[in-house]
Amino acid sequence: MARTDIGPPNYKDMLPDIIKRNYGKWKYHEILRPGVLRHVAENGEALYSVRVGSPRLVSIDFIRDICDIADKYCNGYLRFTSRYNIEFLTDKKENVDLIINEVQKLGLPVGGTGTCVTNIVHTQGWIHCHSAATDASGLVKAIMDELYDYFVNMSLPAYVRIAVACCINMCGAVHCSDLAIVGVHTKPPKIDHEKVVAQCEIPTTIQACPTGAIRRHPDPNIKSVVVREDLCMYCANCYTVCPAMPLADPEGDGVAIYAGGKVSNARKPPMFSRMIVPYLPNNPPRWPEVVDVIKRVVEVYAKNARKYERMGEWIERIGWEKFFKLTDIPFTEHHIDDFTHAVETFRTTTQFKW
Amino acid sequence: MESETPLLDELEKGRWPSFVKEIKRAAKKNKAAHDLLRIEELSYKDKITHWKHGGIVGVTGYGGGVIGRYCDQPEKYPEVAMFHTLRVNQPAGWFYKTDTLRKICDIWEKYGSGMTNFHGSTGDIILLGTKTENLQPCFDALTEAGFDLGGSGSALRTITGCVGPARCEWANIDTLDIMYDLTMEFQDEIHRPRWPYKFKIKISGCPNDCVAAIARADFTIIGTWRDSIRIDQDAVREYVSHGFDIESVVRRCPTEAISWDDKNKVLNFVAEDCTRCMHCINKMPKALRPGVERGATILVGGKAPIIKGAYLSWVIVPFMKVESPYTEIKDLLRKIWDWWDENGRTRERLAELIERLGFKQFLKDIGLPPVPQMVYKPRSNPYVFLRR
Repeated sequence: MARTDIGPPNYKDMLPDIIKRNYGKWKYHEILRPGVLRHVAENGEALYSVRVGSPRLVSIDFIRDICDIADKYCNGYLRFTSRYNIEFLTDKKENVDLIINEVQKLGLPVGGTGTCVTNIVHTQGWIHCHSAATDASGLVKAIMDELYDYFVNMSLPAYVRIAVACCINMCGAVHCSDLAIVGVHTKPPKIDHEKVVAQCEIPTTIQACPTGAIRRHPDPNIKSVVVREDLCMYCANCYTVCPAMPLADPEGDGVAIYAGGKVSNARKPPMFSRMIVPYLPNNPPRWPEVVDVIKRVVEVYAKNARKYERMGEWIERIGWEKFFKLTDIPFTEHHIDDFTHAVETFRTTTQFKW
Repeated sequence: MESETPLLDELEKGRWPSFVKEIKRAAKKNKAAHDLLRIEELSYKDKITHWKHGGIVGVTGYGGGVIGRYCDQPEKYPEVAMFHTLRVNQPAGWFYKTDTLRKICDIWEKYGSGMTNFHGSTGDIILLGTKTENLQPCFDALTEAGFDLGGSGSALRTITGCVGPARCEWANIDTLDIMYDLTMEFQDEIHRPRWPYKFKIKISGCPNDCVAAIARADFTIIGTWRDSIRIDQDAVREYVSHGFDIESVVRRCPTEAISWDDKNKVLNFVAEDCTRCMHCINKMPKALRPGVERGATILVGGKAPIIKGAYLSWVIVPFMKVESPYTEIKDLLRKIWDWWDENGRTRERLAELIERLGFKQFLKDIGLPPVPQMVYKPRSNPYVFLRR
């Protein structure tokens, strides 16, 4: 009989000795070079962390590979960051270069520290999700191939956090990232009335719609629903509760791009990312249109922002009108909010730029 | 021989490590991983997902932790006809001993596709793809190795937090211990979904918020301090003497709480003007540190857009001492869950419920006193419900 409710392993059993000794007693840290951190404790002990990029979707043999490195140089301890990077931890300075050497043999980049583009937080996409409007791993790979130099260097005004969500459910909660790529549907649900009878609870389905677009079928003999297409903004909340209403469509699906969000409280409070491109088509395997916009925005930001300015802080200082001009991204009617908290985004001042 | 995955093969090229290489690696040993590769290729060709809605699958005694997954073309891709995922609760801070990781790899080699996510968006280890009949034996082997499942569905989701005091000098609270303690306390809430919708708890040790707790968690715990930042004036001078542009740091202090006296080489600081944003500390970690009277700000309501739009968490307790066994936090959580469970509609997250019934009502029912730190500014309209 299986044990239940045992919870995860105790973190205390997973910490290397140098961390156990200095738990809560770290004094300061420095970045020795991209991807290498040195944390110094009150008692002068130093811990070196080598940060390494990972594709996140990995085989068990990949995990075994990195375990081999940790066994060899880190007394058998390693950790992962909140953005899927791997960190090799050692108290021996001479091990840093040896770790880097082994990691590079595996083809993995060392970086992701300081004012860089670090790993992209993302969701499952076509690899595993029923509601995906795009693939996540493929977009990440295509973007990071282009932004690789920003990962292994620290050349930006501030760090840039990028995230990909394969639909607007946003499992990755990308809505406060410097740059966010979100899979979107652009066609209303296709209703299979026979399946609705078998698979869906009609009141729940009607209630699921945030705009009230779903009604009972006008023909009482048909136990199904209809959608007022003019009220549908393709959120797919109905599909989540009723599998007989898929929205996915090879021609309609694509991605939207958002910019300027942050979660850190440093200087300005946390901010949402804002729409910069309402729609680009899915163009696998490399999504060139998407990669082009992301790269362009990062480059314009790198060139124009002041030291320490996050993307959103830079945009707020120069103004969104200036942002669209500098990045050469067209501003359209779709950029103007018409959902729940729209009015607070309207400009209630005569102050603006040309 | 012609490749059966010409589109995905493109993603083996380039400098960033390739997930396609990883699937191919797993596919050499595992048929399901091979079909995963083939069906992903089909999605690249068709530009649509080939996964269907989850069915109800799981392990004995739990209502969640497993995501049921089936493909829409089982006859052509029989090895991924069923391709369920297990969410495995990670150790706090994502620290591992390699022997533990190897145990997971061995279990997944035996019972699953050999593909994983380290880690999923919420923080769990994701074991990606197995058949229904393997779920229970896989779970049994995982618990034997000391692991348990995380949350899914309308349950408390796996609790996540930052690296905290294990390797960060800015940790104002013991994020790892809080994570572990709350996870152990609320096993039932994690494993047996019973609420209107999901509920997330995330814990960051300082206002830099490395796990995006303020954007992603219904209940957000962010470490902070009440007294003054600590300044090592010698270390400040050390920075300046090495050519560090201190003015560019001072200039960006949002409340003008710091200033640089170049004549006397002293960093002046007005503690009561400081909002503890971390900006100056981030830039001069050797010279500036958080204060010593440490605790947390508690915020609620963060979530992604579905259904009524995205919310950032907002303050409900400006400062709380946070010490084991964390009774105050646990009591507060239980009160909030009762209120939400009592009043919430299906698929209504906490933020949406508070917006519908009013923050004032929430505070009254939970028993928290209103304080100005909870809002940016008071209301501008005169429409006050005096008796609600």
